[in-house]
Amino acid sequence: MRSLFRFLLRNYFLMMFLALEAISLVMIVNLNNYQRVNFFNSSNDLTGAINEKYSSFDDYFTLGRTNARLAADNASLRKQLQLRMLQQEKYPKTRPDTVDAPAYVFTSAKVISNSTNKQFNYITLNKGSRQGIKPDMGIINSEGVVGVITNVSANYSTGLSLLNKRLMGISAKITRNNYSGALVWDGEHFNTADLKEIPFNVMVNVGDSVVTSSNSGIFPEGIMIGKITKYDVESGTNFFNIKVELSTNFKTLKYVEVVQNTKHAELKKLELNNVGE
Amino acid sequence: MIKDLGKYIIMFVVLVLVQVLILNNIQFSGFINPYVYILFILLLPFTIPGYLLLGLSFILGLSIDMFNNTPGIHAGATVLLGFMRPGIARLVSSREIIEKGNTPNMTQLGFASFLKYVVISVLIHHLFLFYAEAFSFKDFFETFLRFILSSIFSIVIILASQFIIFKN
Repeated sequence: MRSLFRFLLRNYFLMMFLALEAISLVMIVNLNNYQRVNFFNSSNDLTGAINEKYSSFDDYFTLGRTNARLAADNASLRKQLQLRMLQQEKYPKTRPDTVDAPAYVFTSAKVISNSTNKQFNYITLNKGSRQGIKPDMGIINSEGVVGVITNVSANYSTGLSLLNKRLMGISAKITRNNYSGALVWDGEHFNTADLKEIPFNVMVNVGDSVVTSSNSGIFPEGIMIGKITKYDVESGTNFFNIKVELSTNFKTLKYVEVVQNTKHAELKKLELNNVGE
Repeated sequence: MIKDLGKYIIMFVVLVLVQVLILNNIQFSGFINPYVYILFILLLPFTIPGYLLLGLSFILGLSIDMFNNTPGIHAGATVLLGFMRPGIARLVSSREIIEKGNTPNMTQLGFASFLKYVVISVLIHHLFLFYAEAFSFKDFFETFLRFILSSIFSIVIILASQFIIFKN
């Protein structure tokens, strides 16, 4: 102990230099926006590659669960297909209108890094700009909404998970009455969030489904978000305080789909015109 | 000693103000931004104790950072310069000059040694500064060009200031 002390004292100039330099570097990385994004961004290729290696190793241990989910997905899609076929049989003359080209394009991607225990949770996917991923696209999976893409590199992309308070509210609506509000994570638990801006004169029931509304333009309408578990009126406001249990299990996230609204740019441009007037 | 203290405080304030109010606002062609405030570190006495040298370097860098909204970038560069300064001083001048307790200015060192002293110091400081600012080696050569051009301007301004001061 004493010799350590003596060593520190003898080299205090070097030690002090290292300490001050370390403080500066911490400040550079933590307080400068640009540097922080560059440093902590797991969409950069090195950390992306490392995460992917780890994730491909980890995959073997979750094969069973992934298979079960895929099978369930298949079953539900087959059911929908059958319904559609029945409709087709009933009205054989109807043809889809070519004007209604699908606005949403889905790209499947694998989650290579994801957290649920932080205040600001991020998610990294193994597809990037080369695969057509752009910022502001939505991320969903078969269970429900997952998040929104924010940064993209050539082969990887990162996004805000729904469990991130920096995600400034996903436009969500209650299926029973079509009232829409903003869904924000409560920052407490990985499977609950708050639904805000629903006026208190609306009929709300525990168990009502909450889905995405068409307002955001990021997600297609009607993607599952969760179910209402609790609600009360905050004193002094006209709005409900609604707790939603998220349908997506963020702990077991493996495969997701990235949603691109091909008409998003057109929509935004049109809406911008209103601001100008 | 007390008189020197006053002199250095005034120098500190004047250099920081000149840097943030004047020099930061003239960016020739967007590539050149001279940083002359490090003159304060360069002109501290040879015999200054190490903790004071590093401490003052850090405070100087932080003050510039506060005005520039770049927390840590200038502080890191000035601390590095403060750390290297004793080595640079030994490199450019003789042992007698250092031990006599002089300040490393142009009259004490002579023009050639002072020029070497300034050039090495500015290059070290600016190299750290510009790469910490860019924070990537992606545009390595663009950053390098900025670094070289700004260094030249800083050196010229520092030398010119010394000529003006010591002429009188």
